[in-house]
Amino acid sequence: MAEKTVRLGSLLACAAIVAAAIGFAATTVRAAKATLTVYTAVEADDLKKYAARFNEDYPDIEIKWVRDSTGVITAKLLAEKANPQADVIWGLAATSLLVLKPEGMLMPYAPKGVERLDAQFRDKDNPPTWVGMDAWVAALCFNTVEAQKKNLPKPASWKDLTKPVYKGAVVMPNPASSGTGFLDVSSWLQLFGETEGWKYMDALHQNIGVYTHSGSKPCTMAGAGEYPLGVSFEFRAARQKKQGAPIDIVFPSEGSGWDMEATAIVKGTKNLEAAKTLVNWSVTDKAMKLYNEGYAVVAISKMSQPVEHLPANMLEHMAKNDFQWAATNRAKILAEWEKRYGAKSEPKK
Amino acid sequence: MGKALRREVGAEEVGRTVTTPYLRISRLTKTFGAFTALDDISLEIVEGEFVCFLGPSGCGKTTLLRAIAGLDIQTTGRIEQNGRDISALPPTKRDFGIVFQSYALFPNLTAARNVAYGLENTRMPRGELVKRVHELLDLMGLAQHGNKYPAQLSGGQQQRVALARALATSPGLLLLDEPLSALDAKVRVHLRHEIRALQRRLGVTTIMVTHDQEEALTMADRIVVMNAGAIEQVGTPLEIYREPASPFVADFIGVMNFVAGTVVRDGAVRLGRSELACDVEGLAAGTEVTLAIRPEDIVVHDGGRSESNALTVRVDALVFLGSFFRADLAGDAAAGVLLRADLPADMVRRRRITEKSTLSVLLPPERIRIYPRSPVNR
Amino acid sequence: MRLFIGVIGLYLVAALALPLGLMLAKSLQGSRDEFVGLANYVRYFSTPALSQSIGNSLGVSILSTVITVPLAFLYADALTRSRMPFRGFFKTVALVPILVPSLLPGLALVYLFGNQGLLKAALFGHSIYGPIGIVMAEVFTTFPHALLIVLAALALADARLYEAAVALRASRPKIFWTVTLPGARYGLISATFVVFTTVVTDFGAPKVIGGQYNVLATDVYKQVIGQQNFQMGAVVSVILLVPAVFAFMVDRAVRRRQVALLSARAVPYEPKPQPLFDLLMLAYCVVIGCALLSIVAISQFAAVVKFFPYNLALTWAHYDFDQKGGGGWASYYNSIRLALLTSVVGTVVVFVGAYLVEKARGFALGRGIFHFLAMLPMAVPGLVLGLAYIFFFNAPANPLNVLYRTMTILVVNTIMHFYTVGHLTALTALRQMDPEFETVSASLKQPFYRTFWRVTVPVCLPSTLDIAIYMFVNAMTTVSGVVFIYGPKTELASISVLNMDDTGEIASAAAMAMMIFYTNVGARMLHLILARALERRTQAWRRR
Repeated sequence: MAEKTVRLGSLLACAAIVAAAIGFAATTVRAAKATLTVYTAVEADDLKKYAARFNEDYPDIEIKWVRDSTGVITAKLLAEKANPQADVIWGLAATSLLVLKPEGMLMPYAPKGVERLDAQFRDKDNPPTWVGMDAWVAALCFNTVEAQKKNLPKPASWKDLTKPVYKGAVVMPNPASSGTGFLDVSSWLQLFGETEGWKYMDALHQNIGVYTHSGSKPCTMAGAGEYPLGVSFEFRAARQKKQGAPIDIVFPSEGSGWDMEATAIVKGTKNLEAAKTLVNWSVTDKAMKLYNEGYAVVAISKMSQPVEHLPANMLEHMAKNDFQWAATNRAKILAEWEKRYGAKSEPKK
Repeated sequence: MGKALRREVGAEEVGRTVTTPYLRISRLTKTFGAFTALDDISLEIVEGEFVCFLGPSGCGKTTLLRAIAGLDIQTTGRIEQNGRDISALPPTKRDFGIVFQSYALFPNLTAARNVAYGLENTRMPRGELVKRVHELLDLMGLAQHGNKYPAQLSGGQQQRVALARALATSPGLLLLDEPLSALDAKVRVHLRHEIRALQRRLGVTTIMVTHDQEEALTMADRIVVMNAGAIEQVGTPLEIYREPASPFVADFIGVMNFVAGTVVRDGAVRLGRSELACDVEGLAAGTEVTLAIRPEDIVVHDGGRSESNALTVRVDALVFLGSFFRADLAGDAAAGVLLRADLPADMVRRRRITEKSTLSVLLPPERIRIYPRSPVNR
Repeated sequence: MRLFIGVIGLYLVAALALPLGLMLAKSLQGSRDEFVGLANYVRYFSTPALSQSIGNSLGVSILSTVITVPLAFLYADALTRSRMPFRGFFKTVALVPILVPSLLPGLALVYLFGNQGLLKAALFGHSIYGPIGIVMAEVFTTFPHALLIVLAALALADARLYEAAVALRASRPKIFWTVTLPGARYGLISATFVVFTTVVTDFGAPKVIGGQYNVLATDVYKQVIGQQNFQMGAVVSVILLVPAVFAFMVDRAVRRRQVALLSARAVPYEPKPQPLFDLLMLAYCVVIGCALLSIVAISQFAAVVKFFPYNLALTWAHYDFDQKGGGGWASYYNSIRLALLTSVVGTVVVFVGAYLVEKARGFALGRGIFHFLAMLPMAVPGLVLGLAYIFFFNAPANPLNVLYRTMTILVVNTIMHFYTVGHLTALTALRQMDPEFETVSASLKQPFYRTFWRVTVPVCLPSTLDIAIYMFVNAMTTVSGVVFIYGPKTELASISVLNMDDTGEIASAAAMAMMIFYTNVGARMLHLILARALERRTQAWRRR
């Protein structure tokens, strides 16, 4: 009996040690191929697709994604400035890259074929510090079923959203964390002027049900009828509709704010060659087609094919956007927004 | 079996002179912060002796045992075992076996496995080990129980297993820490004799800690009475009982009457109005003393007051205790003096002694012990 | 022996004391690591958006406590003082919340009480996003913890007191107020503080369902993740530590007293059948049990429904985690790996540590410090520990920074986070062993490790299994401890739930949360089978 105990005990101990060894080994031993740490705000459901397409051409470069909302990734990059962890930024708002650029965090590099990109989809410098991928455009997700139930009219403009009838019915992303939220706020300030813009948001604030962490969530919430109106962006809106959400996608008459997803090499990367390979690939036709699967407007605009559920004339819906202005004033705008609406202690009913 | 064990013990004896004690403790002190647990203890124990450390709880007897075992290292002082200085050695480097009140049997090992525990991991061949375990279990009368777990054994059986385990490695010194306290009264009495007989047979030097005076009196060759970290008296059971060196010992062992008195002159002490003859041990006349006499030493006699050391007393209370009566005697000699006497049942019946009877009792001079009165002891 | 104490002690220092110390230091530093004194604190208290959270946190914590403890007490009363049927079943049901991440009730409440919720009307127009939702989720999460403590307290009841009360013709309510309640008072106090601490430090529920209602835990997260303002994160963490440490100390003091109560042996109470009372208690337990189960059931329902609330056809699409945000199925396997490693390595470390504290001789100061460090994690919220890990393990000067973002650091962190309960479990088991085993072994010239291996470990095997399953379940469900330190390759299932909820994929989030639940149920059952088998094979000596 006692012997059995001992044997069983030793067996357990051996198992424990082996398990621990395997576990630790598995975490520390890595494949011998190049690994790039890529910071991104690309929609999470597309990340694996992006990596897989790239790996079709370059199977020896492994991409380690660090993915979060635009604001989070931006803040993270700034925080790590002294000791950068990222090799490449692939898929972050141009306004964010414009914040990083004067900090000297980006390495200028002209990928092969960069000249084919529309002028507004690449950095003006030569060589450019960043190159564009596609545009993402603000859009309203409007739940038709709930609207009918509650007798809500379909809004046509941004100004419509402040009407009392939508009280507590609107959701929008928090601009501090969400790139979509920031492009909304910065575009309103540009469209209406600063004073009017804040006044508009004060009014809108009265109708907001919840501010969300991500730019996608307002549209999924609208899709599920949790709140009838979501301030989101066209990619998520189209995908929601495809998944069967009873929503109409509205591009407000004043024009939609937009931002550009862009790519850059982080200065000081230890994997420069692999980083260049990735950035070169990011402006190829194959990459553009990849972006076009979700986004209606890509950096080589003549390659843009219409996306299901989105209008063909997306370019016309896009408001004039001064990225440089938005980037320069980003910190100030966010601070002001936080002061005005951040401490909202209770959600409006 | 016994012979075999004894031979091994004897083998260690070769080359040792008889005069050298087996265990010598010199000036041992142990303090815990401000508390002194052992106060300058010196003691010698010879080969094959059975010694009891006796005293009330907190007197330091267990601390002394643990110091000998190396479990609580002394603050100052020296311990030699078999001529070797072991003062600073850890328990594993010392030569002893130990048995605790709680038995401390490994619950997940059978009785046989428990006994074998100290033999495994040595170079003893397997066959010999098994034989040895069987011998030990046999010796303890546990031959049938080798495959049982401790929880399946009675308390007495468990303690025997613990004893066998401690003896398995043939230690030079056996330490018993209140080994019988957790047992039923009957089993306890029975085991006393067994342990004593076993110890005689094996000749192993043994130290037992106990707070039970009866246990110490019946088992020990010598008793070490301890109080407040110091040794009060060392002696054979008879010496301790008959000639307690201090009121503490007198009080702690057996029952004792204490009465206040004064030395009158050499050989006489005044107790109230009476004068009693006794050995005053050189104390000067006028010294305040405490007289001590055991209840069974008080004798009822027929003679009148003329007899020396006789007192006339009244029986205040009489309690039947089986083989004898315990009587509370109030003396006319001194107001408030109360003596307890143990009177044989047969005599009480014969003389028709009842409560309120008046008697003449004798305090035999050779049975009276006197101690200088000190405010500490009384 | 000292060497072993040193090694495990070093682990506690490196994995707990140093990170926490560094975090305290950070809260006194500016953004360039210069010393700024209390400037950060001044800024905190002069920013209403931040300091308001203190009131919010205390508010929801107190409210949750006030609701949970009486509910749990009545439930425990039903389980121990009535003869209603299915008591074992209801006890099991009440423990379900332990097996799910604290994000799950938040998700479920959206489906139940959200604007499209099945029971929306029950809120009379109030929004679930905010304090109401937080409190409901916290009551769910903390219910079993309160219940277990109160059950333990009620189990100590002395039947003779009840017999005496009945003999004196006391009425049932009077018996309740004069016997039951005072007998369980330490348990109630303890439960109160445990619930309070859990709520005040919980991050999952307010994150998912809190809406704009900021609490301390979400503030730490927002400061650190949202704004990468580590100094302010450290300040909020320190503020969060205050109520947690306070509650912890009160709880310790109270528990010490309860032990004294326990040692007085009493006659166990055996309730007699009382049809009406038993029926009422059964009704109560059915209501509570259904409420608890409905949270889990609605999550499972949401996970397999095509498009809630418009298309209720069934689908497995939400389980296609690789096509969603979050870490995909890989994160689920990561979680299992973390849970296994934590439970195996953690049990060994915790048990050996407790053994050294309890059984080693001498070196009292070292053992005292060791014990203190082992008790500390209970007072340290997971978020705070995680943030401290960023400071400590991400420092370029720290040679241990190679561990940053690896599975190893997640294991180290998770073991530390749940160290205390395991430590106490191990101590209890070790204290039941005869303190003289080590002495006897020494006298038999056996090294201490042999006795440890031959006797201590086998005797304590049931307790070590308990520690292992505790570590496993918590490693599966924890969010707060690991949310700051997981890496791109080590995303966990619970983190995936959080991230999928963030991007609005609530159905997939619910599906993943349910995967955690089923895994834990499976682990529990395995534990039960293993414990039984072990008992049959190696614990024969316990039978008389």
